[in-house]
Amino acid sequence: MMEKSRRSFLKVAGIAAVGIGAAPAINFAASDSHGSAQVAKAKNEEALHAHRWGMVIDTNKINEEVAEAVRHACHKAHNVPDFNHEVDEEKFPNTRPVNHKQEIKWIWEEHFQYAFPDKEDEFLAEKFQHLPFLVTCNHCKQAPCVQACPTQATFKREDGIVLMDYHRCIGCRFCMAACPYGSRSFNFRDPRPFIEETAAAFPTRTKGVVEKCNLCAERLALGQQPHCVEASEGAIVVGDLEDPESEVRALLNEHYSIRRKQSLGTEPSVYYIV
Amino acid sequence: MSKNMIIAGLAVFVIAVLSPFWFNMATETQAAPKPELLGKAKAEKKCVLDKYEMRANHMSLLDEWRDSVVRDADRKYTGTNGHTFNMSLSTGENSCLGCHEDKAKFCDSCHEYASVSPYCWECHTNPKEIE
Repeated sequence: MMEKSRRSFLKVAGIAAVGIGAAPAINFAASDSHGSAQVAKAKNEEALHAHRWGMVIDTNKINEEVAEAVRHACHKAHNVPDFNHEVDEEKFPNTRPVNHKQEIKWIWEEHFQYAFPDKEDEFLAEKFQHLPFLVTCNHCKQAPCVQACPTQATFKREDGIVLMDYHRCIGCRFCMAACPYGSRSFNFRDPRPFIEETAAAFPTRTKGVVEKCNLCAERLALGQQPHCVEASEGAIVVGDLEDPESEVRALLNEHYSIRRKQSLGTEPSVYYIV
Repeated sequence: MSKNMIIAGLAVFVIAVLSPFWFNMATETQAAPKPELLGKAKAEKKCVLDKYEMRANHMSLLDEWRDSVVRDADRKYTGTNGHTFNMSLSTGENSCLGCHEDKAKFCDSCHEYASVSPYCWECHTNPKEIE
């Protein structure tokens, strides 16, 4: 006759409880290792790579038409709103009137004295007074906006592009205060009513986020050159600044070039051949 | 006396506990809508991950995808069915909406039922709606 003591019963019950508790954990671990063995993430085969992306703008090749074509190509492809666009009342009823102090821009024309305030001179060559200088995000090596962003929504990618994760942007605008080039714009309102033709290949932004040039990261991933390069008729070249064999380095070797507000130490990656 | 009280109390308790079930039996409730598979998605049969995993965890997968694309520039995802997908909500043939063509019947019907309103479409665009 087997006598069950309270002690032996509690022992068996305790072991059983541990077993029941452990089963889901073991199952979870097993399924996890099983899953990660099968799925894989990778870059596109056709993607363009660089150690540090940079841009060289030959200001001698840029005139009003080219500058406008570049700006238009960029803004159209990236769904950048134009607040002079007339709102379609049917699609967007009750859109409040526009405050024209607000604007959103990724690449635009600037006068020499504003683009290069430290290089203004009493007897500056006259051509500089009239040339349109295309300015955009400089994708600085020491980007102050990246340091200012409290949520790491703005970050420096391994290949040197200063990129924004709009999902993370909380709209604090510290980056706009930090950027010495005014390259960033804030969406004070829903941009969609002011987009003439929405490009399907790129998202729009929403109210309350900052935006700026992304050096066409979405195109580099497809092995294509940025929109500004394609529209510039050879005036803009984008390439690897750290590769001595690259086209941008060859251009910088042959010509004298300047960068914007170099004395601030942000190390811009956009060079201007003058 | 106390025996009657206890039995009456128990009866009230059982009725109270089971009342939601009886209420549901008496009234007509709407079953959760099934995401409708149309066109390419119907022919494909198998999604990026298994059906039940997609149902339960698609939001985590999308979260993982967006970090991968935006921050690491990895844009290709090979799923458990062996196919390689473009990690994108709505751009191109190989994205979510490229296969699940009807957003209203695939995303919205369930989200509405479950009363969740993800803000994906405040920025991302449905190519069908643009045209």
